[in-house]
Amino acid sequence: MTTVSETKKNQEFMLEAQGLYLKFGGVNVLTNVSTGVKKNEIFAIIGPNGAGKTCLLNCINRFYQPHQGKIIFEGADITRLKSHQIASLGIARTFQNVELFRGMTVIDNIKLGSHVHLNTGLLSAGFYFGAARKTELGLRKEIEESIIDLLEIEHIRKKTVGTLPYGLQKRVELARALAMKPKVLLMDEPVTGMNLEETEDMARFILDIHDEWGVTIVLIEHDMGVVMDISDRVCVLDFGVKIAEGLPSEIRHNDEVIKAYLGEKDITYSRLGA
Amino acid sequence: MRCGDFKESYLKDETIFQTYWVKFWLFILMLFLLGLPFYANSYVMYVANLIGFAIIGAVGLNLLTGFTGQISLGHAAFIGVGGYTAAILVTRLGLPFWVAMPLAGLTAAATGMVIGIPSLRVKGLYLVIATLAAQFILEYVFVHWESMTHGIRGINVPAPRLGSFVFDTEQKFYYITLAVVLLGVGFARNLVRTKWGRAFIAIRDRDLAAEIMGINLFRYKLVAFGLSSFYAGIAGALWVGFIKVVTPEHFPFSLSIQYLAMVIVGGLGSVLGAIFGAVFMTLVPELLNVLTSFAKSSVPGLEHVFLPMKDVIFGLLIVSFLIFEPHGLAEIWHRIKNFFNLWPFSY
Repeated sequence: MTTVSETKKNQEFMLEAQGLYLKFGGVNVLTNVSTGVKKNEIFAIIGPNGAGKTCLLNCINRFYQPHQGKIIFEGADITRLKSHQIASLGIARTFQNVELFRGMTVIDNIKLGSHVHLNTGLLSAGFYFGAARKTELGLRKEIEESIIDLLEIEHIRKKTVGTLPYGLQKRVELARALAMKPKVLLMDEPVTGMNLEETEDMARFILDIHDEWGVTIVLIEHDMGVVMDISDRVCVLDFGVKIAEGLPSEIRHNDEVIKAYLGEKDITYSRLGA
Repeated sequence: MRCGDFKESYLKDETIFQTYWVKFWLFILMLFLLGLPFYANSYVMYVANLIGFAIIGAVGLNLLTGFTGQISLGHAAFIGVGGYTAAILVTRLGLPFWVAMPLAGLTAAATGMVIGIPSLRVKGLYLVIATLAAQFILEYVFVHWESMTHGIRGINVPAPRLGSFVFDTEQKFYYITLAVVLLGVGFARNLVRTKWGRAFIAIRDRDLAAEIMGINLFRYKLVAFGLSSFYAGIAGALWVGFIKVVTPEHFPFSLSIQYLAMVIVGGLGSVLGAIFGAVFMTLVPELLNVLTSFAKSSVPGLEHVFLPMKDVIFGLLIVSFLIFEPHGLAEIWHRIKNFFNLWPFSY
């Protein structure tokens, strides 16, 4: 409507997608998706299976190259950067299927998260002398005292990741992302496959991280209870198209969203016997 | 009696040799290694030197294959590059061995990095074939670049000397080997517990996730290729300094396979494993030789049976190790150590 409010809105966004198109062969995965996350917000992306939620994150992480459109982070266009450069900007990511380094211990996995903040040279690393030694010990202390303590994983820090149960692996993955000291944390289905207790723990951790670390969080989740409870704003995708965006209370009663999830209203009602 | 490990600082928890007992046994081992030349004969010292070269080469290959997950079948060729570089620098330019050795390592590293360039695009078995090409190309160069390598006639190299002291016997050369082995092993062990080693393992375990964590895959794969080839080059230079001649048949394809077998039998992704593998693969054939000659002298006539059996037994040993412990000798060692760790009061 008004270009003035449009630009003002854009400036508020910390991480923003502008008119993204993504195609796999003839399939339109994302069609003209524009959305954005404000600083210090918990932003949820929801939608039925195959809606393109993970693809959107993968575009931000530069796994996929969008055919059209831009991704803006803190005012800079990051659409052409490489995957590994995204990390050094401060965008961390956890995955839907846990993508930990299975052969490493928990503490090594977490240490790896801070890779972009370490600049140990090859030689000093090999002799473990001076700066290298100081960096490693400082890192260990920092991880122990902030991350491991926050996520309550003291008891498993020396275990090999492959031996841990799923719920704990998810937590370790979150710890690894935190070690990056991210500005934005992209979480792909953090509570999927967890029982009620684990889900509540994870929701608590997400809120803690958000409050204590001031991290902006982007969340993909199917558990509507979690989404509605903790997120500030929600964006809904369906077949690669954004169909709604707004406060959780607005989304809950949005006709388009109900249609996407449950089908046409009358069918739903007839199914429910109403 | 020990009943557990207690540490009071992160420094203590991060050290490699954690308990006084480990340090004590290490000290004993060092005394044994330092004193070996004084009571061992030339043959034993010859084998000891060979083991040393194998350890350096295997530790290097394990950095690439075991830690970074890039299988290479060209390791022998990189050893060859090191060997020829050292030989040429010593004979043509008259450089002392001590200068030629690191330069040989660097030349091999540069070669390795060039061979490693396809690793960004090519993975797994396809990369194996790419490195296999490197092996054959380099072997061809050793034979046919006559003006530099003297082809199959090879190059004769003088023994390394320090002032007027000449390292011309197995016993004397052993100390060079020992020093380089300690340096190389220590460097690798330290490297894998810092940012570099973690990045290598991350690339092996899950390369896409590694990239998301900010690891530049291409850069780290190239560094792994370079490091691994550097170790190979050093091993090659030592080999040439030791046997004082270099010819192309010292670096055949089968040697590449043998190095790969060392890191697999010893334990992929473990510095200790590379050492065990190198010792095993060098020592066992020699032991079988001794056994064969013993059988020949004690039971005449049996040697016809026993001689071909040597290779069969060697193969069987490797296969059974892999069946019973796929993680290699290093894992067996860990299990034994854990058993005795809190013995007899572990629960």
